Amino acid sequence: MDYNFNFAAVWRDFDLLLSGLGLGLILAVVSIAIGCLIGLFLAFGMLSKKRPIRWAATVYVSAFRNTPILVLILFTFFALPELGIRLGKIESFIVTLAVYSGAYLTEVFRSGLVSLPSGLREAGLTIGLTESRTKILITIPVMFRRVLPALGNNFISLFKDTSLAAAIAVPELTFYARKINVETFRVIETWMVASLIYVLACSIIAAILRRIESRLSIPR
Amino acid sequence: MTAPVLEITNLHKSFGKVEVLKGINLTMQSGDVVSLIGSSGSGKTTLLRCVNLLEDYEDGVVAVAGEQIGYTQRNGRRIRLKEKEIARQRAMTGMVFQHFNLFPHMSAIRNVMLGLIKTRKMRNDEAYATAEGWLDRVGMKDRKNHYPGQLSGGQQQRVAIARAIAMNPALMLFDEVTSALDPELISEVLAVVKDLAFDGMTMLLVTHEMQFAHDVSDTVVFMQDGRIGEEGPPDQLFHSPKSERLKAFLKSSKF
Repeated sequence: MDYNFNFAAVWRDFDLLLSGLGLGLILAVVSIAIGCLIGLFLAFGMLSKKRPIRWAATVYVSAFRNTPILVLILFTFFALPELGIRLGKIESFIVTLAVYSGAYLTEVFRSGLVSLPSGLREAGLTIGLTESRTKILITIPVMFRRVLPALGNNFISLFKDTSLAAAIAVPELTFYARKINVETFRVIETWMVASLIYVLACSIIAAILRRIESRLSIPR
Repeated sequence: MTAPVLEITNLHKSFGKVEVLKGINLTMQSGDVVSLIGSSGSGKTTLLRCVNLLEDYEDGVVAVAGEQIGYTQRNGRRIRLKEKEIARQRAMTGMVFQHFNLFPHMSAIRNVMLGLIKTRKMRNDEAYATAEGWLDRVGMKDRKNHYPGQLSGGQQQRVAIARAIAMNPALMLFDEVTSALDPELISEVLAVVKDLAFDGMTMLLVTHEMQFAHDVSDTVVFMQDGRIGEEGPPDQLFHSPKSERLKAFLKSSKF
């Protein structure tokens, strides 16, 4: 194979790639923050004594976890306006990723909650805390620490899913990479650089998550 | 006359179709120490858990300091109290569990302080001083900053006792508090409980430690099949049991 690497064309637009990365990170953080709230509510819903609540949470999870994210993105962006719900590209993507991550995080939180000994909740109740304060002060903080590794894993995976926002022309990293690719024809270089940026970004996220994990870990 | 600390009248409780409490009557005055003994499945722990409504009950009345726990009567119908009311009532009693159930993400002193701050509305420094005092009382002051995972079972249980009693409850409930402990750690926990008993704390205990029940109780209650089989002062129950069931139980408990 005879190929002359020429990264200069990619370097010229490197700031575009970085701004794309920045947007991707923002999209991930905002969506996952909302997804965490959805997941937390639904996880308690899954464990509710009331059957309709359990049922509703289960329907949500199976609907959104079993649909490919790309289909959800396209549905939200193209189909919802037909139904009268008009969102901008970025809002539309955030809604999609939040809803989708909510389904995954429900399962993460649910497994964390069932792993807790029932006595923990009872101990909270016996010192006069209400059910909801017991959740806020005891159950959720302990559960959160237990699921942190799984949460981190999901975060990285969902961050990579932001690349699919390129499908609806959200100007994130993959979108710009494709643009540079089309304009410069430096196919190999462009996608190599884009991949490396993803790998690097994910490694840094993983390192940060590990730090948070050890910072929050319960001494024993 | 002041109301009894605990008054249980005709208490019934079922798990599904299985009736585990079949009409319990029990009254405790201030300073009383009552031990519940009996084989597993006789309903001792369920009875204890009805007192602070960790278990709902279907019929009868559980009253602490004259106040019915968990329910109220309106137009002849029994209505469950609001969540907030139940939380307030639960804080009238303190409970120590078989498996300690300390909050693992908090240091020993934080465990004791949480209820003082959130339920008793103490200021932080006030709660700290109170918690430290109780940890000292149970011999855990020098480990106040340890986390539960860094403590032995006996130490965790002593912190759990401090956590419950620091709330200044009218009645302490002890649910087999030594059953999960290694034999060499049992005595340190029993010593703390005994200390509180002799100090005049009103206590209802479920225990498998017969010698301990004998030494510490004013009244011993032998439960069988969801009913009170026999009750009386410890000397009477342990040394001249009336029923064959109690005789057999005491023999199998190696008393």
